[in-house]
Amino acid sequence: MEGTRREARGAGHQTMEQPNRLDTTFARLKAKAEKALIAYIMAGDPSLQETEQLVLELERAGADIIELGVPFSDPIADGPVIQKAAERALRSGTSLKKILAAVATLRARTQIPLVLMAYYNTIHAFGEAGFCREAARAGVDGLIVPDMPPEEAGRLDAHASTAGICIIYLLAPTSTPDRRAMVARRSRGFVYYVSLTGITGAQLTDWGGVRQNVEKIRKVTTVPVAVGFGVATADDAAKVGEMADGVIVGSAIVKRIGDHQHDSRMAEQVGHFVRSLKTALVHRTVLRQA
Amino acid sequence: MSIIPDQRGRFGQYGGRYVPETLMPAVLELEQAYLKARKDRRFQAEFDSYLKHYVGRPTPLYLALRLTKKLGGAKIYLKREDLCHTGAHKINNAIGQALLAKRMGKPRVIAETGAGQHGVAVATVAAMFGLQCEIYMGTEDIQRQSLNVFRMRLLGATVTGVDAGSRTLKDAISQAMRDWTTNVRTTHYILGSVLGAHPYPMMIRDFQSVIGREARKQIMAAEKKLPDHLVACVGGGSNSIGLFHAFLKDRKVKMTGVEAAGLGIEIGKHAARFAGGRPGVLHGTMTYLLQDADGQVNLTHSVSAGLDYAAVGPEHSYYHDLQRIQYTSATDEEALSAFDVLAREEGILPALESAHAIAEVVKLAPRMKKSQTIVVNLSGRGDKDVNQIARIKGVTL
Repeated sequence: MEGTRREARGAGHQTMEQPNRLDTTFARLKAKAEKALIAYIMAGDPSLQETEQLVLELERAGADIIELGVPFSDPIADGPVIQKAAERALRSGTSLKKILAAVATLRARTQIPLVLMAYYNTIHAFGEAGFCREAARAGVDGLIVPDMPPEEAGRLDAHASTAGICIIYLLAPTSTPDRRAMVARRSRGFVYYVSLTGITGAQLTDWGGVRQNVEKIRKVTTVPVAVGFGVATADDAAKVGEMADGVIVGSAIVKRIGDHQHDSRMAEQVGHFVRSLKTALVHRTVLRQA
Repeated sequence: MSIIPDQRGRFGQYGGRYVPETLMPAVLELEQAYLKARKDRRFQAEFDSYLKHYVGRPTPLYLALRLTKKLGGAKIYLKREDLCHTGAHKINNAIGQALLAKRMGKPRVIAETGAGQHGVAVATVAAMFGLQCEIYMGTEDIQRQSLNVFRMRLLGATVTGVDAGSRTLKDAISQAMRDWTTNVRTTHYILGSVLGAHPYPMMIRDFQSVIGREARKQIMAAEKKLPDHLVACVGGGSNSIGLFHAFLKDRKVKMTGVEAAGLGIEIGKHAARFAGGRPGVLHGTMTYLLQDADGQVNLTHSVSAGLDYAAVGPEHSYYHDLQRIQYTSATDEEALSAFDVLAREEGILPALESAHAIAEVVKLAPRMKKSQTIVVNLSGRGDKDVNQIARIKGVTL
């Protein structure tokens, strides 16, 4: 038992001395003056087996970091596209435990940084300490909990830190200067800037506001800043790439998974879209350098 | 028992503020605005004035003589919240929060509703204060409570159906939170029960605690002693905490909260959080929650839309663990039978929610002495439920 556990640790666990995959990825991209493409998919949508295929396909298509949504029955921060994906994932029998098993399987085939996005109750039900330990062992690098502000993170923050998992906190257009400094200081891996006052999949219109707020965040932290919510097209991704260190695309990818869920070439279709996002990001970088 | 909640909105381990960052500044702003208003004599005077002249407070404490005689035990007093304007205690809180929305300069209010009583109360105060108003309601509840839907529309509110999950109160709250997240700069969310992120459970308790303050004075005047037992139904738990709060320090006063046992606890179709739940987080607060092993929120069932919710107010969880308040449950069948009893013995049609409290009184009173007294909160009137009861009895209107 102890032997297998140690082996399993070897596959995915990162000790405090080893740098987190998120940190090394952002550093590697920074050296190339490139921006991180962070692709969100719902784990278990339509099945965990397909999620594993999708992660590998997204990596081939150019995603630098994968965010795996943990389905929850009452996702208050999500719009209809991700709500429906969560329903599909729950119908296919997805649980946090099974997601961690899928991550452990994936770790034999890829070292791409994996971040879980989970509503707090799914972690609370699992047990905070056990979750952090098992997630680190499976090879999870980061954790986003959309309904857990730093004020409520006490023990989870400590357990995650011990396990070497980055807790990524969110900032929003409504965040006050005090909160901006506090949240940015607590965030590890990257700071998630929510581009709009609203839920996932809404339409982003205030580009000037995004630029200003990302600049304000940069003044209070050296941690990379990634922007998500409402980034739907290759053009959007390229625009965000000019302002921030990372671009998070969720609903636009998840919508394609939903549209093609009964299609045998679903992963390919999704990969095609993600490749277009990456191309736009890199192309804009090349133009800027020229 | 110390002063609760603490500064972080905690009732022991329960409560807190589990909301997205987008809402945190609004929740903090609301807390500041409320703490200031609570100390402001002018705010309190304005609130009291509306309670008196608009709601019709104080509501009577009525000795139900025929019911007492029929059950043959303790004397039963009904706290008549059903006589409030709009027909339930919900308006007490709606007025308090609408006054706060005005103070914060928010021109739009939103709310969730289950039975429709809170939705009607918010639509009412929005009309009275000239606020724009949108109410979220599960499509299952819209069907059960069509009369209240039409009342809200007559009052000028937009009623938006929520066709997700169980299509009941839980999903209406989720959708209202999404609206609030999107429109937080212009909108105040008038949550209807002692749920959600701090300061809601504290603030709503304070607005509803007028029920118990009145009842305490009234029973002392009538009986020259404190009641032996208080009974109220518990959905989110605002009418019950409203009645109980003024008596919490009176150790000898027993209190029972009645949850919805639906079709039966053993078959899993119910909303009895203290019978089948364990601590978890839903809609911003840590509290007893009906959930599966993975932390997914269970679907609930009750004949009464207002009790049909998977979580309970965090302050109730605290008093449950301290055993200061006892929690029990009544099935759909027991509630419907209690509805009939109150109709025939006292000429009062209770709301199906309140009928759960009456069902407990039917069990409790005969076991008590004739010299003892029970105060039960008749939190709402049953006019809204008449269509549904006709359906259940197989009567076509």
